[in-house]
Amino acid sequence: METVVHLSNAVAVLGQFPVLAGASLTVERGEIVLLQGPNGAGKTSLLRLFAGLMPLARGEGNVLGFDLRTNREAVRKRVGLLGHANGLYSDLTVTENVRFWGATIGASESEVGAAMTRMGLAQRLKDVQVAKLSAGQKRRTALACLIARRAELWLLDEPHAGLDAAGRDELDATLREATAAGATIVVASHELERAGALATRLVEVVGGQVRESQVAPDGDNRSQAAG
Amino acid sequence: MFRIARLIAAKDLRIELRSRVVTNQVLPFAMIVMVMFAFALKTDEVVEKVAPGLVWLATLFSLLILVQRAFAIETADGATEAMRAAGVDPAGIFLGKALALAAQLAVLEILLLILAVVLYNSKLHAGGVVLLVTTLLAATIGLALVGTLYGGLAAGVRGRETLLPLLLLPVVAPVLIGATRATEAALGTSGAVVSDGWPWLGLLGVFVALFSVGGTLAFGPLIEE
Repeated sequence: METVVHLSNAVAVLGQFPVLAGASLTVERGEIVLLQGPNGAGKTSLLRLFAGLMPLARGEGNVLGFDLRTNREAVRKRVGLLGHANGLYSDLTVTENVRFWGATIGASESEVGAAMTRMGLAQRLKDVQVAKLSAGQKRRTALACLIARRAELWLLDEPHAGLDAAGRDELDATLREATAAGATIVVASHELERAGALATRLVEVVGGQVRESQVAPDGDNRSQAAG
Repeated sequence: MFRIARLIAAKDLRIELRSRVVTNQVLPFAMIVMVMFAFALKTDEVVEKVAPGLVWLATLFSLLILVQRAFAIETADGATEAMRAAGVDPAGIFLGKALALAAQLAVLEILLLILAVVLYNSKLHAGGVVLLVTTLLAATIGLALVGTLYGGLAAGVRGRETLLPLLLLPVVAPVLIGATRATEAALGTSGAVVSDGWPWLGLLGVFVALFSVGGTLAFGPLIEE
């Protein structure tokens, strides 16, 4: 197995407040790791640290081979962070958005097309303005942008929020497909029933520390199915 | 950096073409400002004398709206944060947004100058065309650069709508002064001659050089947390 994320006694500070207080975690390629825990526990901070958006104050951190202490900007091009916002331009069409985000890393037109096909956006929705999409369709467009950007590590913060049942099913299928294609996913969610069924491993974050890490009940089966 | 700049500029201009905010809102606003100036100043003689300054004042007021709009499209659905998270070169973002802003400002300024000829009886002279065009170009680039820099700074803070004019207007005062004096010289307002305008163009050149280098270097840290 290839280690994608390795964190050891990581401390991160926001202003004067320590948001991560000695967190340790390892994530292997192809895993879907669910971060669970109460509000303010440090789940979002952990995702932002992995994305290279937050400096590592103490401890060790390595994401996709990049040292977070010395080279955290370099990791950003290979990581896709999807928070509560989608990062889409509402006046542009689905294709124009995916093409724009793909072009930031020099993705070809065929890569853009493939990303849209994988998200089911290549037919009816391709020329629709993002402003006219449903919440689920916008989420799918945002994920297509991550694929077009060739993100290897997907960091998703409450990805099911605002989606109806059909949208959630679509999202889950997409995430399983992504891991089958080689992506690694870390999800922060309060919706344990939904996200727990998706995850191959559950991790509890409390008070800025990773308290517990366990394999999801049927995680092994899913991993095999995905692979 | 330049590839990202072209990408960002093309995206911003496509959004403008689609939403038509400049044509449907900013242009009418600038024209109303010009007409209101004419009403307020009343006599033709005064209006004719101050016409270059009024054109640039109307441009500055419009710049505030254009900058707010340029960053509203980025913050509406978290695109600024997404670009930061995607490691998009901040210098490229800065230059691209400035380029798109400059294109919109240029269209606005040309229309305002035409309006000044119609409303304020300003006269264009063949001898002043080169100075006028160069002034438009330098002032437009200067305003776009400083507008983008301060727009990026204000975009991430609370009360940005009121903060932006407070930050931006004092900084663009040299552009207002330089562009107005150079335009007066180009149009021959109040007996000014073309040669009076070139030193002011030099001031605009220094401003452009300062903010193109400073903005390219500073924009990254500004949009970082």
